[in-house]
Amino acid sequence: MSANLATVIEALVKRFDGQTTEGCATGETTLIVPVEKIAEAARVIHDEFGFNLLSSLTAVDYWPEENPRFHLVYRFTSIPNAQSLDVRAPVSGLQPFAPTIETVYHNANWNEREVYDLFGIKFEGHSDLRRILMPHDWEGHPLRKDYPLGYEEPQFTFNFDEIDVRKPYAKNRRAE
Amino acid sequence: MAQIEEVTLDGMTHLVSNRALEGETMLLNMGPQHPSTHGVLRLLLELDGETVLNAIPDIGFLHTGIEKNMEAKTYQKAEVMTDRMDYMNTVGNNLAYCLAVEKLVGLDVPVRAQALRVVLAELKRISSHLVWLGTSALDLAAMSDFMYTFREREMILGILEMVSGQRMMTTYIRPGGVWRDVPVEFEAAVRDLLKIMPRRIDEYESLLTKNPLFIDRTAGIGKISAEDAVNWGLTGATLRGSGVNYDIRKFAPYSGYEQYDFEVPLRTEGDVRARYLVRIAEMRQSVRIVQQAMDKMPMGPVRSNNRKFVPPPRSEIGTSMEALIHHFKLWTEGFNAPRGFVYSAVESPRGEQGVYLESDGGPKPFRVHFRNPSFDNLQVLPVMAKGFLVADLVAIIGSVDIVLGDIDR
Amino acid sequence: MGLEQKLGNMGVVTARLEDLVNWSRTNAMWPMLFGLACCAIEMMSAQAANYDMSRFGMELMRPSPRQSDLMIVAGRVSRKMAPVVRRLYDQMPDPKWVIAMGDCASCGGVFNNYAVVQGVDEVVPVDVYVAGCPPRPEALIHGVITLHEKVRRERMKDWA
Repeated sequence: MSANLATVIEALVKRFDGQTTEGCATGETTLIVPVEKIAEAARVIHDEFGFNLLSSLTAVDYWPEENPRFHLVYRFTSIPNAQSLDVRAPVSGLQPFAPTIETVYHNANWNEREVYDLFGIKFEGHSDLRRILMPHDWEGHPLRKDYPLGYEEPQFTFNFDEIDVRKPYAKNRRAE
Repeated sequence: MAQIEEVTLDGMTHLVSNRALEGETMLLNMGPQHPSTHGVLRLLLELDGETVLNAIPDIGFLHTGIEKNMEAKTYQKAEVMTDRMDYMNTVGNNLAYCLAVEKLVGLDVPVRAQALRVVLAELKRISSHLVWLGTSALDLAAMSDFMYTFREREMILGILEMVSGQRMMTTYIRPGGVWRDVPVEFEAAVRDLLKIMPRRIDEYESLLTKNPLFIDRTAGIGKISAEDAVNWGLTGATLRGSGVNYDIRKFAPYSGYEQYDFEVPLRTEGDVRARYLVRIAEMRQSVRIVQQAMDKMPMGPVRSNNRKFVPPPRSEIGTSMEALIHHFKLWTEGFNAPRGFVYSAVESPRGEQGVYLESDGGPKPFRVHFRNPSFDNLQVLPVMAKGFLVADLVAIIGSVDIVLGDIDR
Repeated sequence: MGLEQKLGNMGVVTARLEDLVNWSRTNAMWPMLFGLACCAIEMMSAQAANYDMSRFGMELMRPSPRQSDLMIVAGRVSRKMAPVVRRLYDQMPDPKWVIAMGDCASCGGVFNNYAVVQGVDEVVPVDVYVAGCPPRPEALIHGVITLHEKVRRERMKDWA
């Protein structure tokens, strides 16, 4: 981690009353900011510190913890300064809302839709918050930890016939 | 099978203009089954005559639940899933994932394994660009390139099959090194390829680069400025076609890329033709990298000696009780990674292929997220396509080089 | 049988209608250009110079289901894609056949989860399953030839 990045993180910690954490033994310092300040923080990170690319935006679910249940994980990259900044924002499971950063980084649009689709975190002020990967009428948010994987029993030689009976094979003609 | 429902615009009316709702402009559905969408991409086009006013991508038709499924497998077993994500860059996906695991548990990789990783990743980059060149030229009605590029691609797949036993889904790169050392024929096969490749790239270029029909279809089409490109999160050749120098291999070198001498091709036009030229130049650079890596390929082990994370070699299992125990434990329970999270990225043929990996201290990943370049690259399509013809849209989709498996995961 | 001897050298060949129809069906079987995932790349390889599926009368990949006889389901079918696959199948004119190419299309493959249909035979009736992840182009060609053999054995009374 360059000295420059350390001062950036220090300035952001002061300004948005955040904290820092270490990812792992060899990892980088990560900044934690309260979720309600993330839009403002993103604006400052983009405009003042020159992090012009949003590399990655995702979430993590810590179920069964409720408050905070989710962490939003951002990674901003500054192409001219050749450095990257990791930011996390805890989100409560009781009110999974977060402000959007779409106006600052345009590609947050789809990334936030993906987080909404798979985790059910709603982004306030988002221009087009629809499901993106799952069908529009899907129920539940698959990447939540309390959502089952949806494992089906595999067919082996010993249980082939048993499963074959209930396997819904398709027919040529549609059942009218 | 349930009755197929009527397609309606419900919930999407805010995306199209009022003119479309009044019936003045036409709404056209393109895909998910369409020959030039490179997979199962669906586009909702708003057209004024033949001019594209808006293109609304609808993705998810290939959503495979890879991220969720990886949470249910141990670190080694989850790796096979990464191959099937971006299926044109299988080696690069393995590499990105293995780098993340190695960073998380603190494994070091022998130099020979690093050099082999570079060789295979670059070969796979060439093969991915060959498929891109063949199919996107096919979209512009240049049939012969498809035949030529697939001829050379078979040679690369032959090399991959030689080292791993599989043509596409190699899973050759493993946490802590590679699966096993390459066979003796490997060097000759790669040298053969390197010898013919520069001439073959000239051959593809002679068909397209100065072809007036090709220039008409590509120059000035699908323009995007450097500033927009960065703000929309573009990476890879699509970004470098707009003149932004961002290549992870130079930006944050991994796997020993800093010791190779290569350039990052840049164009400033930001149109379809610029992206085409960047990719062609990238293939030449990849040939250069492979050449250098083969020339100074170090000898030595190809797997880390850390038995807590890397299974012992087969020869030791028969003689050492400890090796047998490690082997057994690693393939039944897997290894426990320390609690924490990492992000690591590689340069895939399409851009920044990032992996966010989080561990809760157990043998299975707690959360894996892939930052896929195509996902962000496709998002910009409405911006690029606005005001061009439907025929140009096909050229633009081809030039962005999307892989639907990469987008939908 | 008699008839050939009577006709002599008039250039007439007699055959059973069944055989004739099946022969013509197998030798001009147009697959639909329908790639889903990884296997689609190997399907393209099978079409390209080294493997060249046109040796079996299959060089014409039709992008439109209305013009195709054979659907090669190349890749995993997600729950979102399944209705589309069925609709495409319904749009194909009879007689039509389906090859499930690869493990994912045959049985779900390594993806046993919420998003993937566990075998495309839950959506459309499958004639030939091709194993492999992804199958080599040779394996796909073998699958096609197996399908041809199956078609040659079809009997007139079974034609709907």
